[in-house]
Amino acid sequence: MSAHTLTAGDKPQSLSIGDWWSRNQRKVIPYIFLAPFLLTFLIFTVYPAGAAFFLSFQRVRGFIDASEGGGVVLEYKGLDNYERLLTKDKRFRTAIINGAEFAFGTVLIQMPIALGMALLMNAPHIRFKVLARLAFFAPYITSAIVVGWIFTLIFQDRYGLLNAALSTLGLEGVGWLTNKTFVMPALIILGLWTWCGYNSLFFLAGLQNVPDDLKEAARIDGANTIRVFWHITIPFLRPVFVFVVITGLIGSFSLFSQPYLLFDSGSGPGDAGLFPVMYLFFMGFENFRMGYASAIGYLLTVIILLITGLQLFLFRLWRV
Amino acid sequence: MQLKTKRANTMGPGRVNLMFMNSVVLVGVLLTAIPFIYMITASFRQQGELYSLPVTIMPREWHGHNYVKLFGDTNFVIWYGNTIFTAGLRTVLGVYFAALAGAAFAKYSFRFKRFFFFLVLATLTLPFQVLLVPLFLMMRDFGWVDTYWAVIVPGIVGAFNIFLMRQYIESVPDELMDAARIDGASEFGIFHRIIIPLVRPALGVVAILTFVNTWNDFLWPLIVLHDDTKYLLSIGIATMDGPYDVEIGAIMAASFLSTLPILIVFVLMQRQIIAGLTQGAIRG
Repeated sequence: MSAHTLTAGDKPQSLSIGDWWSRNQRKVIPYIFLAPFLLTFLIFTVYPAGAAFFLSFQRVRGFIDASEGGGVVLEYKGLDNYERLLTKDKRFRTAIINGAEFAFGTVLIQMPIALGMALLMNAPHIRFKVLARLAFFAPYITSAIVVGWIFTLIFQDRYGLLNAALSTLGLEGVGWLTNKTFVMPALIILGLWTWCGYNSLFFLAGLQNVPDDLKEAARIDGANTIRVFWHITIPFLRPVFVFVVITGLIGSFSLFSQPYLLFDSGSGPGDAGLFPVMYLFFMGFENFRMGYASAIGYLLTVIILLITGLQLFLFRLWRV
Repeated sequence: MQLKTKRANTMGPGRVNLMFMNSVVLVGVLLTAIPFIYMITASFRQQGELYSLPVTIMPREWHGHNYVKLFGDTNFVIWYGNTIFTAGLRTVLGVYFAALAGAAFAKYSFRFKRFFFFLVLATLTLPFQVLLVPLFLMMRDFGWVDTYWAVIVPGIVGAFNIFLMRQYIESVPDELMDAARIDGASEFGIFHRIIIPLVRPALGVVAILTFVNTWNDFLWPLIVLHDDTKYLLSIGIATMDGPYDVEIGAIMAASFLSTLPILIVFVLMQRQIIAGLTQGAIRG
């Protein structure tokens, strides 16, 4: 029995606000609880999402001073921005290709490493488990700017830690941040350092979620370790794979801070460190081509949604 | 009998195997830790040492002058204060609002509930970058550029936080809430005196994640904060080499000091944080 039926029975004819409230608050309160979210969502997400769409067909000709009401002077350009981005703009294409290379590089390399590490950490009698959990999470919660600065030192040509380590192995050091060819490998190394351990914690959580009796039953039925792993463990890890791949790909296409810092607010030698969000930032906030930047934002959104959709579709196939 | 030996084989790895597995884990830990160690040791070195051979992880001589320079020549202390204030306020408000929304989804039935929840999920898929330009223009028209409102308010009620709070609040027993209603408690009273205390651990996790995200955020603050004394740590540290002409050692000192509180909180609460984060992912 709920409270408002009790009060309703007491005084059915009362019209005071207090009474109405005590009778109906359970119906109204969820909207009040949701109000902060809905308000900020409407003002700071829905409206700007629409505005960005509108802006992506415009050219920003100038800015109106806040004292005169603010806003911008626009010129309608139709599909010009999109057409230019998709057919003429070589830098945009470079940024997308770099984003894709980084995405596939980090995701494909980190998955086996992270899964392997998780399997080790999940094995019985393994030591350093607590230490490993701590260490593997630390890069993820460290600011991208701090990570960028640390790796600026590590990737130095002559005095860098990485090249020093290579030379003790008898290998020639390379210009990680100065040679076009090695910029992407350097960034992937940085990405692996940041996300491998983090993802291994997700795999570990997934592994701990696999019911032991199921594995036990399969073993009693004569399945060997590899078969148990392939037919029981891996299917149970499906949601973790989905998570790791999708967040990895989205994160890669959103990369900004680390390359921005490594290449001194630039895009690296020959644009080798240029990423889509960086390009959006340069266009919108350094060249003030805000219509063009909005079009970049929308194309990027479409790409990210397509990737996510494709992934979900592929993983759904796997379930069958 | 045969069954038993088979089990022994799969359950416990041999001693050599175990040693190998342990060392692989240890190598992983070391590779992860070395950049951090290098950051700390670099902050205690003299500039010349970082640009000389041989390259070593440990300093040849320990120096404190990077820290002197950091506190004396830069606005580091101001940035630190700005960041604590901004991240703190955003966390308190954001977590409270997320808990309210989570409670609405977990414990009440209302019209358009499914639609509203779909909205929450939709914001998870929309990349923030697409909003940068119009949001900046809005901030300009609001007069929020170079104020912390611009950092605190947009996106304050995180969709992921609502999602997490909803999951935790679902475990609060309905009987408890109904009993309070019969005793005459208001819905806000129930939220504050029953729901909040029962989900306090989850609240802590969501708070820490929000705090860390705001603490580390770079792109958006870079767009809306232009005045050096208004900077947050991330922008301050990123641009330290410019106006102050400070050495990399001082930048490492700033990096170390700005990472320290986050790492300490994480060490203290790692179990809860990891559980909170991974919970959603393993269930799909």
